[in-house]
Amino acid sequence: MDREPDRPRDLEAAGKLEEAEVGRIFREEYGRSVAALVRVFGDIDVAEDAVQEAFAVALRKWAVDGLPPNPGAWITTTARNRAIDSLRRESRGRELLGEAAVMSPGHVDPGKPEQEGRVQDDRLRLIFTCCHPALAVEAQVALTLRLLGGLSTKEVARSFLVSEPAMAQRIARAKRKIKAARIPYRVPEDHELPGRLRAALAVVYLVYNAGLGSEAELGLCSEAIRLARILIRLMPDEPEVAGLLALLLLTESRRASRARADGSLVLLGDQDRGLWDRDLIDEGQAIVRACLRRDEPGPYQLQAAINAVHADAATMEETDWSQVVALYDQLFAVAPTPVVALNRAIAVGEVHGPAVALALVDELELDNYHPFHATRADLLRRLGRNTEATAAYERAAVLAPTDAEREFLERGGRTSAV
Amino acid sequence: MAKYMLSVHSVAGEAREPMTDEERQESYKQIGLLEAELKSTGAWVFSARLHQPDTATVVRISAGEVVTTDGPFAESKEHLGGFYIIEADDLDAALDWASKTTAAVQRPIEVRPLWDGSGA
Repeated sequence: MDREPDRPRDLEAAGKLEEAEVGRIFREEYGRSVAALVRVFGDIDVAEDAVQEAFAVALRKWAVDGLPPNPGAWITTTARNRAIDSLRRESRGRELLGEAAVMSPGHVDPGKPEQEGRVQDDRLRLIFTCCHPALAVEAQVALTLRLLGGLSTKEVARSFLVSEPAMAQRIARAKRKIKAARIPYRVPEDHELPGRLRAALAVVYLVYNAGLGSEAELGLCSEAIRLARILIRLMPDEPEVAGLLALLLLTESRRASRARADGSLVLLGDQDRGLWDRDLIDEGQAIVRACLRRDEPGPYQLQAAINAVHADAATMEETDWSQVVALYDQLFAVAPTPVVALNRAIAVGEVHGPAVALALVDELELDNYHPFHATRADLLRRLGRNTEATAAYERAAVLAPTDAEREFLERGGRTSAV
Repeated sequence: MAKYMLSVHSVAGEAREPMTDEERQESYKQIGLLEAELKSTGAWVFSARLHQPDTATVVRISAGEVVTTDGPFAESKEHLGGFYIIEADDLDAALDWASKTTAAVQRPIEVRPLWDGSGA
């Protein structure tokens, strides 16, 4: 299930280590090493500084000696030794070293090498620390990307349209709170897990959607998928983790067809299905099928299942809409939000016609949500109520978040170029 | 182990259904049970309930002189009604106590770590 990122082809040919390769290893291994060191030293800053230093050493050393057999383990070991050395140099550090042996959950002696088996659990611990509900959601997202994704503060800042100093401050404040308030570094116990897992999954989903919202930040989408893959490897028995990964893969499969050149969104019915990525669809649908067999549905699994039905259909008309409606009924039962009700109404419209759908849509209180007005406009147009349709398009255009979207709606939901 | 302050916040003139005698008795009973549990588990360090904020007096240095004025210090609608100082392993343990406290006193609880001198 885990796909190995492509190694640059010319690497072996060139016979030497390229900075890009170290960059790839950095992204793959950063979170793992930081997580391992947080457990050993009980301090995020110490862990981060040491891992960054180890990568700087690696860049010099590997260029001469070539890659070590296990680069990730090399980084973790080097970082741990560096951290011990620098902590021994300061008195506060010696205190911390003493504490680390006592405080860390596994009672590890930081001076001793450790077994490899625990390392993956460390990343899971770190995810739950970063996504602790005592931290604001923005801070949860920033810390997760920074500590587990290895994104620089600058990259995280750019992704969320925040200045770099403001993002640095947000991250520093969150780290200070983790330390001062002793936000624990552990996997929640069974009775707390549902709520805590929900928060962690929401962070990954938010990261994905932040990437989807802007063409410039597509890296966030692959980062979110990577985080979801880590979560599923660490928690293979949580159906909602599988549901989230499937939802992300199936959404991702439509990436090439979901936006026009000007950035405006293409509705599902107008998308060129030939552009959909079959590999991602196959992987997503296989997960959905496994979820159905397990039969413990939750919001992510149900959304993934809806997307899986769409992925099955060669055209909008061939879609099994009654299946989609049934899934929306289930989704609404566990997540009764007006947005779910709106999407359910659209599906009902495909089965029972636009008049029935419009009656359902008109009951919803979503006056500030532009898809609400765009949906109404589309239904009114299909019913031949053109004056009302025009008014609804105008209202949707006023609320649309991007210029491209606004212009698309101002044209009455039609593309100009076609 | 770390110490935390669980402070009980009240909003002056907040529109709230006044408690019936029965409800007040029940709330006192719950608070009594909570305090007994805090003490029996060793989490309790100190606790106090405060008089209304209009009973406060503020003392400060102004131009080298000690000046005493009628309080409270911060003119705000929200005020501290009381607090618990507890000892807990980590924030999750402190939040568990806060959940029990808010259920007993029917007020929001702010959980704040006490500085332990380490500069963290």
